[in-house]
Amino acid sequence: MKIEILGTGCPKCRQMAEVVRKAVEKSGKDAAISKVEDIREIMKWKVMATPALAIDDEVKIAGRVPTVEEVTSLLTP
Amino acid sequence: MTGTWDIKRYFGAGLLVLAAWWLVYQGLSPFAKWVTYSLFSLSPGTHLTSALEFFLYEAPKVLLLLTLVVFVVGVVRSFFTPERARGFLAGKREFAGNGIAALLGTVTPFCSCSAVPLFIGFVTAGVPLGVTFSFLISAPMVNEVALVLLFGLFGWKIAAIYLGTGLAIAMASGWAIGRMGMEKYVEEWVFAPPEAGDGAMPEEQGMPWEMRLRLGLDAVRDIVGKVWPYLLAGIAVGAGIHGYVPENFMASVMGSGAWWSVPLAVLLGIPLYSNAAGIIPIVQALLGKGAALGTALAFMMSVIGLSLPEMVILRKVLKTRLIATFAGVVGVGILIVGCLFNLVM
Repeated sequence: MKIEILGTGCPKCRQMAEVVRKAVEKSGKDAAISKVEDIREIMKWKVMATPALAIDDEVKIAGRVPTVEEVTSLLTP
Repeated sequence: MTGTWDIKRYFGAGLLVLAAWWLVYQGLSPFAKWVTYSLFSLSPGTHLTSALEFFLYEAPKVLLLLTLVVFVVGVVRSFFTPERARGFLAGKREFAGNGIAALLGTVTPFCSCSAVPLFIGFVTAGVPLGVTFSFLISAPMVNEVALVLLFGLFGWKIAAIYLGTGLAIAMASGWAIGRMGMEKYVEEWVFAPPEAGDGAMPEEQGMPWEMRLRLGLDAVRDIVGKVWPYLLAGIAVGAGIHGYVPENFMASVMGSGAWWSVPLAVLLGIPLYSNAAGIIPIVQALLGKGAALGTALAFMMSVIGLSLPEMVILRKVLKTRLIATFAGVVGVGILIVGCLFNLVM
């Protein structure tokens, strides 16, 4: 499973990274989390608000920090 | 149906909370008086009494108002997304487009770190440059924290003036930038077709009410949690000025008589990057001592509407000349509003 956090490094992006880390830990999934911080790379995802969360190349959340429960349910469909 | 049951339950709980809020709000003034005159048995008319009563009344009042409004705005914003705003604005004509953009800028969730993706998303979808700027100008400048503070500390007339002139500046500045044909000062790569990548998010629809309410609470924790120390510090300074600085002390420096006060206020405001919460209580206290309303309003708008960090972020997509134009046009707009008020009031 591939998880990408899109954001230029604002405080909310760090919050999201923390939430995602906890959710992965909780779900016990084997996931590689990476951060995409370059704005041109981020724009390839066509998001208009950061932070955004992409799971397996698909944007799931944009422009807000989700809860741990929400991310966990996204990880285990 | 669990759905309707949930809505009824939330509605009932909401009413209870609102009733409790109202009771506390009504009790603030007697409470401040009681603490000042009965508990501390201070005699009326002294500097300390006047400062203390001011603080004890204003600080909780503004915090209560702020919590309520930030929550409501947080819930309202869950109905708006940048994607939806773009859908409204793509292909709109300039004049009407500027107006709608300025209005949408106030209700669409936006943080200045999202300014770049939002800008690119707008212009590549065919939203005119000037219309995009109307959105980008109104989003930070017309904000709910400033509106609440102005309402709480000055009354609804000044809050309405702020809202009206803020929107007018966003519309007019965006329109003016659109007229100048500045498209060539946008970095070229912005218009380059994106390579591959079709991970675009499906529209988030039918968000359950539970989540909208959670977003409202998140906003309260986020904004009120961040802002309250500034607010208390601001009101404390305000209370000090209220009690100790003599009447009309500020009239010579910030009064309407000094023509240079408005441009100076705008210039001072640009590098000062503060939230509205810290600045408005001080402005209020200064006004009470004879500073002119236009000057104070211009200072506040410049502090929150023209921020250096946002300009640095925008440099990634805009050439320096366009950023300078943006700052210049908005600055002139604020200047006109400030001077106008000093003349009229």
